[in-house]
Amino acid sequence: MVDRTNVIGNDHILVFSTLRNERIRLPYFLRYYRDLGVNHFLIVDNDSDDGSREYLAEQPDVSLWTTPASYKRSRFGVDWLNWLQMKYGHGHWCLVVDPDEFFVYPFCDTRPLRALTDWLDASSIKSFSAMLLDMYPKGPFDAQPYAEGQDPFEVAPWFDSGNYTIQRNKKFGNLWIQGGPRARMFFTDLPERAPALNKIPLVKWDRDYAYVSSTHMLLPRGLNQTYDEWGGEKASGVLLHAKFLDTFARKAEEEMERRQHYANSHEYRAYRMAMAKEPDLWCKWSEKYINWRQLEILGLMSKGNWA
Amino acid sequence: MTVGFVMLCHTALDRAAQVARHWAVRGCPVVIHVDRRVKRRAYEGLVKALADLKNIRFSGRHSCEWGTWGIVAATQEAATIMLRDFPTVRHVYLASGSCLPLRPVEELIRYLDERPRVDFIESVTTEDVGWTVGGLDVERFTLRFPFSWRKNRRLFDGYVRLQRRLRYKRRVPIGLVPHLGSQWWCLTRQTLSAILENPEREEIDRYFRRVWIPDESYFQTLVRQVSAQVESRSLTLSKFDFQGKPHIFYDDHLQILRRSDCFVARKIWPHANRLYKTFLSDDAGGQAAAEPNPGKIDRLFARAVERRTKGRPGLYMQSRHPNEHWENGRTAAPYSVFEGFCDVFENFELWFGKATGTRVHGHLFAPERVEFAGGETVYNGALSDSAMMRDYSPKSFLTNLVWNTRGERQCFQFGPNDVQTLIWFMAADPNAQISVISGAWAIPLFRSNANFSDIRREAARLQKIEAEFLNVLRSPWVKARVRSWSLAEFVENPMEPLQTIVDEISPRSIRRLTEAPRLADLTGFGQFLQNLRNQGMQPTLMGDFPVTGDLQPPNSRRGRPYLVK
Repeated sequence: MVDRTNVIGNDHILVFSTLRNERIRLPYFLRYYRDLGVNHFLIVDNDSDDGSREYLAEQPDVSLWTTPASYKRSRFGVDWLNWLQMKYGHGHWCLVVDPDEFFVYPFCDTRPLRALTDWLDASSIKSFSAMLLDMYPKGPFDAQPYAEGQDPFEVAPWFDSGNYTIQRNKKFGNLWIQGGPRARMFFTDLPERAPALNKIPLVKWDRDYAYVSSTHMLLPRGLNQTYDEWGGEKASGVLLHAKFLDTFARKAEEEMERRQHYANSHEYRAYRMAMAKEPDLWCKWSEKYINWRQLEILGLMSKGNWA
Repeated sequence: MTVGFVMLCHTALDRAAQVARHWAVRGCPVVIHVDRRVKRRAYEGLVKALADLKNIRFSGRHSCEWGTWGIVAATQEAATIMLRDFPTVRHVYLASGSCLPLRPVEELIRYLDERPRVDFIESVTTEDVGWTVGGLDVERFTLRFPFSWRKNRRLFDGYVRLQRRLRYKRRVPIGLVPHLGSQWWCLTRQTLSAILENPEREEIDRYFRRVWIPDESYFQTLVRQVSAQVESRSLTLSKFDFQGKPHIFYDDHLQILRRSDCFVARKIWPHANRLYKTFLSDDAGGQAAAEPNPGKIDRLFARAVERRTKGRPGLYMQSRHPNEHWENGRTAAPYSVFEGFCDVFENFELWFGKATGTRVHGHLFAPERVEFAGGETVYNGALSDSAMMRDYSPKSFLTNLVWNTRGERQCFQFGPNDVQTLIWFMAADPNAQISVISGAWAIPLFRSNANFSDIRREAARLQKIEAEFLNVLRSPWVKARVRSWSLAEFVENPMEPLQTIVDEISPRSIRRLTEAPRLADLTGFGQFLQNLRNQGMQPTLMGDFPVTGDLQPPNSRRGRPYLVK
């Protein structure tokens, strides 16, 4: 454990993350969020053996906790992070992201993250949604290897723009979004099993809050009301998901062996079946990522009344 | 003559100091009021930072909770100091700590010198304001507001309701006509001193102390009594969103702020380094002395409010998920649904696409797979042709398709063999154009090679489904553009309905249809229907076909394309 939480200031923006063996992704991940204006990273390392732990321990703005415990039994990392957030997140804007998730919000190319959180504060908004957008390369995943420090979206700049389904989850009041390339390629026969893409990663944290399942939904329920029900659009962002790089096959194999994922790793099982056929997620209707404005025009995110 | 600035500050004091210094070193006196709720250390830091400037004063500190009298009291006191200590000041400009000058001070001074008697203050009668949030306008002056709106919203609202029920009304002092307007004004010494030195001020203040949001009404009302010339607008560019909270300016607004030609803007985000650096440097101006013209900014913010309140029609996404009937457009664009046309005509899809220049799909809701135009397996937006994925959420499927293809009209075939989940959704959608030739599903059965008892059973099934669809289309709730013909009716004169549909889809094409699609061969169809009847099934939806002497369109020989006009 490397605890540098004493340097956290009152108005600091915090990133919480849990990871295992993501060494190659870390330099770009940290740089991306530092550039947005994140002040401190609080990371749970789940027993990495690829140097991730050592690398993170050296970073001046990272506090690190290591655990060899079961990812599955900690409800897929949620319990660890809820505990850390309760302890260190109270009163802060907290962004909970995996090392392969990159937060994009309106005006992110001209305004730092603090501009967004200040605006949310002024508007009395406590939670901000950003759906997961799966990004993929053209051709087999391993055709173009990812190099350390590289922007992953140079390798995997493509995404599905308009095949998402939305349902309301009555119990928690959140939206349940599915679709994208994973649903299109791996779950055509079982669409209800396709992974959830709705996420609420940015929250002005209070010690009474808790994530229920990953960052898909929160308690109390009011925090899940990140959508307008009367025709208007609330402001929202996107988490660009750099899952499908050349590192994917190895990861899927490893995760299958550990059997530590949701629903008996059903998702990873589906991947492994598909991976055997060298899948290409790209199709002629794939969109190539340009910037947040493109995502806004396509209707994947919204400026709401932020101008 | 010069202009003096009264600044009301409560946060980002370093930015306020920067702006105050900017004005002071250019010869404009500044009187600063700092909210009493600001910590002493921060306040003393500000005083120290500006200690070297002789034309800056600090006024007595009041607690300025939003909507209460404190802000007016602070303004009065600071303005009094301004008039007392700086005799050369002719106009007093009320600004906040998050204001930023956009044009050089000399331009403002010149502008005011050309208008020495004019008071710039937005001042509108309560009948004419449309912008009050919460619906309180004239009642601001006639009710009492002892409870905090921010901290005790329920008590605040409850007390307002109670007073309304009891028809309680405060008396507005004689001679005062309530006016409202932006808090940020620029008044002449004559006007301002007349307000502040009014012998009845004590009584007037006592009244306004209990008015709701007096900073938007005190000076705005009193100015009407004393001013020789009120120009009812604010020199400060300040925009409010639909919740009544000010829009904030960031670095990326630099160009639009520059082109607005306004003198001062608020609110500026305290970390907008580029804005502060650009507008507080001396080479900022240089353009002709234009009138302020915030039109572009008005439009920008109006669009933002519209997106927040109305949104983009037909879009369903993570932060826009309208309840049914609140969609402001169930789908994004008009589309056409054809039932029976494919059975009546050969190659209808191809012909129709050519005639109208639209995208014509097969049966999008076919049970086995989605029949996208051209047999595509994936379509715009990477929609899959998997029937299972479509049926998992048919509404998402259709709204996605129409959204993804904005700008290109979508047409598709529909029929009793298809998944019927969306019939109500489409029927209640003003964007849908639904055309039905009822009973046409019998044609494929007629031409099939199945055993007659199977045909009979199938015919009964399809007829039931189509009857249900037609029933829905006759409901008073229908918003779609619906047309329906019985098969017999249609075959008698097919060109007129086709022309109507085409005209509706592409009204600008003057060209009349010259080529008709080829009709299916219906020789013996009347007998076929009679056979169904003989077997105990009652085919009703296709209209009256004579048993012999088949119906055919007039003036045409069957099986040959023919010309109309």
